[in-house]
Amino acid sequence: MSSTNLARSETQVQIGQVPRSRPYSEMSRAGMLAWQFGLGILILAAWQLASGRLVDNFFISNPIDVAKRLWGWIISGFIFIHLWVTFYETVLGFVLGSIIGILLGIWLGVAEFMSRLLNPFLFGFYALPKIALAPLFVLWFGLGLESKIALSTVIVFFLVFFNTYAGVREVDEDMINTVRLMKGTRLQLLTHVIVPSSMGWIFAGLKISVPYALIGAIVGELIAANQGLGFLVQYAGAEFDTTGVFSVLVVIGLLAVALNFLVDIAQLRLERWKIVSH
Amino acid sequence: MIELQALHKTFEKGSQPVEAVRGIDLTIEQGSIVSLIGPSGCGKSTVLHMIAGLYEPSDGQVIYGGRPVQSVNTSVGYMTQKDNLFPWRTVQDNVALPFELARQPREERRDRAREILGRIGLTGFETRYPSELSGGMRKRASLARMLLYRPETFLLDEPFAALDSQLKLSMHELLLRLWTEDRQTILVVTHDLVEAITLSDRVVVLTHRPARVVLDQAVDLPWPRDVLNVRFTNRFKEIYDLLWDRLREQYEEERL
Repeated sequence: MSSTNLARSETQVQIGQVPRSRPYSEMSRAGMLAWQFGLGILILAAWQLASGRLVDNFFISNPIDVAKRLWGWIISGFIFIHLWVTFYETVLGFVLGSIIGILLGIWLGVAEFMSRLLNPFLFGFYALPKIALAPLFVLWFGLGLESKIALSTVIVFFLVFFNTYAGVREVDEDMINTVRLMKGTRLQLLTHVIVPSSMGWIFAGLKISVPYALIGAIVGELIAANQGLGFLVQYAGAEFDTTGVFSVLVVIGLLAVALNFLVDIAQLRLERWKIVSH
Repeated sequence: MIELQALHKTFEKGSQPVEAVRGIDLTIEQGSIVSLIGPSGCGKSTVLHMIAGLYEPSDGQVIYGGRPVQSVNTSVGYMTQKDNLFPWRTVQDNVALPFELARQPREERRDRAREILGRIGLTGFETRYPSELSGGMRKRASLARMLLYRPETFLLDEPFAALDSQLKLSMHELLLRLWTEDRQTILVVTHDLVEAITLSDRVVVLTHRPARVVLDQAVDLPWPRDVLNVRFTNRFKEIYDLLWDRLREQYEEERL
């Protein structure tokens, strides 16, 4: 009798002591940032220590050399020329690919006959790894920026096109009918129903294609170029300059982070205008 | 006046054609309220779609105002089970949509939207988005949109099915009040026999699919009706029993 009571009261105490939430999920932003900073330092320190001890410096270079190299490039302004070229190609590829993708996506989304006609061709082309087109673009557009912009455009185009197309096909038939019954014209169907209702899809496509625009530009530069971050990586690698390779990788990483940051800001603004949210 | 003449509709989707409507003849007088009632999936909505010109009849025709319906019928306002409000527009911009399509000046359409929203008790919600409203409020906004642009005929497809019974009654009251002012022709599809009798001049019972008319019953209850109490009158009970007998047969035939 008494032992049962004891057991029961113990159970109750245990229930009362179960923490309400996991402690790490409640960590403040600043706290998490401190941990992340700490981990970053740890990785850099491990890299520095491993270099020349565990692994030959030739293969992995070391953070101090990389930092020195980057600083030198910043002082001389050397890196900015290449950074600008890659950035320019990325942005132009993104803008061109997006415009063509949105326009074609809306058109084929609305035009049943054309979409069925072109369907196998588009999917065939989509399945093709676009990177494989790079040599062709170099042949067509030369070694300059145009061939990289073209590659970036093609990659972005497909991502934006298929998202836009899906968005237009998803448009609620009842909403279309609503506007038709209210004497809406075909143009008004487009501007008042189809485009606003596929906005969420279109922006999702734009968002995922930003890093791909950068990939297109870099890969284009890797294959044949005399400027840009991709060219620098390729050049440093050919020269067995590991420090140079790592330095450019750092710059490419920072550029990617910056581009994603821009996308996040754009999305925040659009959500405030209630375009993205449904 | 709307005339359905030997109206047929068969859907050829897939390998198995589905016959939804089999030969409906019906005349709906200008300014009257007619309810269509029948088992679920019996083709009631298909009839409304054909009147609105959104479906083409497989056979027979819809004569609207003396002319056969051959394309989208812009004389009707169609309220489906969904509210069909545009989630990216505020309530007042949703309600003013028909005027925007007609290129009316912004100030004017805004004023008219605000006025009708006031009449249906949505003051204070003009600049909210549909997602911020309750189901009943969205339904009212959707009704307001249709009332505002004054189509001469309302097609209402189970307009109040999703509402709780109290809200349903207040919507009935609102609809009848507005109808007394404007005298539109109203065609209501419903599952709710009490709703059908309360609102209508005539109740038409349809068979299960393919839909045919089994009973066309006049509701000779006096206007104006008190939606809260009309259901307790003797005449209402008689009409209810008459309709229910036929409706029950339809339900029993479909019972597994």
